[in-house]
Amino acid sequence: MSWLIFAIVFWLAAWALNTWLARHHGSERWARFLIPALFGITLLLLWEGLVRGLNISPVILPAPSQIAASLMASTDVLREDFVQTILKGALSGYIIGCGAAVVVAILIDRSPFLQRGLLPIGNFVAALPIVGIAPILVMWFGFDWQSKAAVVVVMVFFPVLVNMVAGLAATNALQRDLMATYSASYWQGLFKMRLPAAMPFLFNGLKIATTLALIGAIVAEFFGSPTKGMGFRISTAVGQLDLPLVWSEITVAALAGSGFYGLVALIEKLVTFWHPSQRART
Amino acid sequence: MKMIAPVLTVLAAILLLWYAATVWMNSQWTYDQAARAGEEVTFSELVTDTLTQKRPVLPAPHQVAVGLWEGVAGQKVTSKRSLVFHGWITLSATLAGFALGTGLGILLAVGITHSRAMDLSVMPWAIASQTIPILAIAPMVIVVLASLGITGLLPKAIIAAYLSFFPVLVGMVKGLRAPDHMQLDLLKTYNASQGATFWKLRLPSSMPYLFASLKVGVAASLVGTIVAELPAGATRGLGARLLSGSYYGQTVQIWSALFAAAALAAILVVVVGIIEQITLKRMGMVQ
Repeated sequence: MSWLIFAIVFWLAAWALNTWLARHHGSERWARFLIPALFGITLLLLWEGLVRGLNISPVILPAPSQIAASLMASTDVLREDFVQTILKGALSGYIIGCGAAVVVAILIDRSPFLQRGLLPIGNFVAALPIVGIAPILVMWFGFDWQSKAAVVVVMVFFPVLVNMVAGLAATNALQRDLMATYSASYWQGLFKMRLPAAMPFLFNGLKIATTLALIGAIVAEFFGSPTKGMGFRISTAVGQLDLPLVWSEITVAALAGSGFYGLVALIEKLVTFWHPSQRART
Repeated sequence: MKMIAPVLTVLAAILLLWYAATVWMNSQWTYDQAARAGEEVTFSELVTDTLTQKRPVLPAPHQVAVGLWEGVAGQKVTSKRSLVFHGWITLSATLAGFALGTGLGILLAVGITHSRAMDLSVMPWAIASQTIPILAIAPMVIVVLASLGITGLLPKAIIAAYLSFFPVLVGMVKGLRAPDHMQLDLLKTYNASQGATFWKLRLPSSMPYLFASLKVGVAASLVGTIVAELPAGATRGLGARLLSGSYYGQTVQIWSALFAAAALAAILVVVVGIIEQITLKRMGMVQ
């Protein structure tokens, strides 16, 4: 009971503090980190307090402390699953899929006819439930990471393609005329003007694709996998009602997803330092 | 008109490639069968055989079309083999989840635009949560809710709601903040209350943003429902059709379910688009 009371008191105190901080220091830099951090900590404490105070069975909802203990205890398993799903499945598929999309975008960029034909289809496919293709690809490429990478390739291809084609069209007539007065060849124009101009669009697509890649790799494992991998571990641990392990897999997936996204955003910052959206922040 | 010719050309090219791939990918089985029987296969025999196998590696487009047609029109609507039946199960969970997620997203967005503390606390987490592969928790939610005695439509709807929630939240916050200082100042000179500002300025000007995120959200909630139907035990819905097809090697069944899901997604997005057109037109935002 005391846990419950403590959690609720902490919640109210943190709420009051956050309101005060937002009102008086809302525009300062440290407050912008502190307030969401405090909110997250409060959420975790409230969770812990509710689970302990109300004696909720760990089969339904384990407390954060149990999840952390499970995380520490099963680092070997988690590392193995991370390598199998994230590094082998998601990352290789991401690189192949995004690379293919960029190359195809540059190829079809030379033909307005293909663009008019492929873009509506690409836009349409990007809205479809492509995860559904997972059972087919698992059947074709076997249970190991190759089939997961194939699912990821299909999933990331169309969002990146659509964004890259839009990016290649992002130069205006004035800029193209300037290149023409320099008598630049197609390739010079492509590398010196249009590819750099396309980068903000490309990274937009790449950032969307990071989440899709992880989802594709994990969901594809629900259709069959070797006895390792995050999707496999989640579905079997749920079957054994080992919920702390499931939650620690989810924690790893969340960290990997945020880290992956952060990495792409960092590269974006380095590549498109000239773009107004990047300059405005500093 | 300018669009149709290129799109049809590309579609025809895809169909041709598909047929070629069918012959190529299914040929192994045909050769094996022929070798076992001690026969030689000519090319025309190879083509006819690969396009009509019962359990092909890659079904030919017309086989998928026949599978779809039989699933939609060849069965009674209540039959377990009818795609309409499974599609309806999926659609109802999708719509329930979509409504739930959209409602929650709009409510939270209203809270965020009106409370600075909430904005600073919740918004970073809402954005960070977009980078997390949320679908991974689908099987756990299903099993945990089943152990609490909740089965059927609701668990799937919860996952669908979760997926449509964030696009709507982020879009709606952007939309409610869309009015610029001039417009807000004008309402201030009218001595408008916060409620009046919300109903007369913020809400109307957020509509284009809302509809843009609704389109993303409805597609996301369909994906969520389909994945939520995967965990063992589900026997109804398009996701369950995919899974049982993959267990029993019924490739035609998988492809038909996949195309049914794609059609469902397209219909949902188009319907939202039509509502968007009508609404924005009546509000005078588009011509």
